Amino acid sequence: MKFADIAEMVRNRLPKAAVSVVSDAVDPWIETTSGSLVALCQFLRDEEPLRFDMLHLVSAVDEWTPLKPPKKNPKTGEILAPGDDPNRPDPGFTVVYHMSSLANQHTLVVKVRVPRWQNAKGPKNDTNLPALPSVSGIWPAANWHEREVYDLSGVTFTDHPDLRRILCADDWVGHPLRKDYAEPKAYHGIEH
Amino acid sequence: MAQELKTIELPIHTDEMMINMGPQHPSTHGVLRLVLRTDGEVVVDMDPVMGYLHRCAEKIGETVSPHQFVPYTDRLDYLSAMNMNLGFSLAVEKLCGVEVSERTRHIRVMVCELNRIASHLIAAGCYGLDLGSFTPLMYCIREREKILNLFEAVCGARMTCSYIMPGGIRYGDLPDGWVERCEQFVEEFLAVVPDLHHALTSNEILVRRGANIGVLSPEMAVAYGCTGPVLRGSGVAWDLRRHGEPIYTKMYDDYRFEIAASVGGSYPKDHVYPAIPPHAVLGDSWHRFYVRMIEAFQSALIIQQGLQKYKKSEPVISEPMKIITKIPEGDAYVETEAPKGQMGFYVVGDGTNILKRSRIRSSSFCNLSVFREISKGCMIGDIPSILGSIDIVLGEVDR
Repeated sequence: MKFADIAEMVRNRLPKAAVSVVSDAVDPWIETTSGSLVALCQFLRDEEPLRFDMLHLVSAVDEWTPLKPPKKNPKTGEILAPGDDPNRPDPGFTVVYHMSSLANQHTLVVKVRVPRWQNAKGPKNDTNLPALPSVSGIWPAANWHEREVYDLSGVTFTDHPDLRRILCADDWVGHPLRKDYAEPKAYHGIEH
Repeated sequence: MAQELKTIELPIHTDEMMINMGPQHPSTHGVLRLVLRTDGEVVVDMDPVMGYLHRCAEKIGETVSPHQFVPYTDRLDYLSAMNMNLGFSLAVEKLCGVEVSERTRHIRVMVCELNRIASHLIAAGCYGLDLGSFTPLMYCIREREKILNLFEAVCGARMTCSYIMPGGIRYGDLPDGWVERCEQFVEEFLAVVPDLHHALTSNEILVRRGANIGVLSPEMAVAYGCTGPVLRGSGVAWDLRRHGEPIYTKMYDDYRFEIAASVGGSYPKDHVYPAIPPHAVLGDSWHRFYVRMIEAFQSALIIQQGLQKYKKSEPVISEPMKIITKIPEGDAYVETEAPKGQMGFYVVGDGTNILKRSRIRSSSFCNLSVFREISKGCMIGDIPSILGSIDIVLGEVDR
């Protein structure tokens, strides 16, 4: 099936799930919300002409960029160009699901946006990580991918059977693939 | 023998034990740690623990340009660096809309297939080694050595090649005499294949240790995202060289080969392969091994075709992109058929020469995720057999 047909079918059957459909990109995608993610994935896997039976990859892309300080004249201190607004809106993470159908030979990209912190004004630590529903009940392959996204990007997955770190050590602090991640000075007394 | 033991319902249970296998255990093929929960000799449950070789490849990918990231892809699956280079290069080329010349394409096909043979030789040899047969490994290493010499001739490096770059290949056309050396290698390799089949594929001990062990059903293989020989060993005829993205399949459009999978109970008939032993079940360790042996043979035939096509092609070689080449905004995902399975690269550009995100889908990582399911209820002694037949490389699992 062509992407346009898949998107049309999703729009007809699950009108609330497709927030936007981008078909002119290199890899066209359907954007959905965290609320309708599981229903959409279930639909994509089970509905006959679609049958996306294999989940290839779950990845999180941090859209945040480091704050640019204002550009100043070094002699006079005059501000030449304004820096970034520290209160700029949260661009969040894009969590991307790549899936394909071996039975019907087509592929699809589904994207979900989540904030970088669950509560924008809350503390910036592990108690305030954003959450998405887990799709590991639909594709067992998602189990390890979601563990990896949690470990490296700090997006949690509700209803995940075993959400532990997978690549970093169990007592590692922070999530390294966040753009504002600060390297620890030492780990168990080992300095670098 | 092992097979009969397995089917006996054990009436007496022993105390449960936690056994730690690895990260230094030789049959875990690197630094994988397995926490086994055992009831006597039977594995009740297990938990693979990884991350000992985590080198932050994805984080590094956010700080260097694609050109500079290629050497890091060598170190993912260090047994098939060419295929890793190709996967990443294709992803960047897809995002930038770059096409390579015909001669470059044939060179890429040839070096990737050579590397597939090298990787499968290590997989086959080490599988024999894990199951107590040392000699075939030496035959495999001898053939692989010739491939590494060929790589050294094209790019100066034996394993960490960094030869295929986004936009083309490095160092211009092939060196003088390489084509003849490659032809000679293929002939020698095809002559050695029957020896390998004799020493490994139809070896009674190896068949006994692999047949009906770690059976993976096709449905489970697909659900867990298993790819490559692990998927084809379960009887799913799925090969990205035929079923992948257009940017990848058009590399192989004019090459003739059959997908090495058992369809309707029979493997491709392009050559006489050893017979399937009667107690082997589709999806078991032996079938995964068998698929690799068939693929290695087919790759040699693909290289022969590539050499002919190379000689006929226009001598135009595509140059790699520069370090300062700007990558357009947007994202692209390409999966390629690496020796271990489908290797995917997801690249996100933001208009600068440095990628915003370079995500790696590791085939070994996904194949390993099904290990726990298929090893439940097997003997401790079968663990090396199953792990060896999944054929993981820890550099790729941990990235």
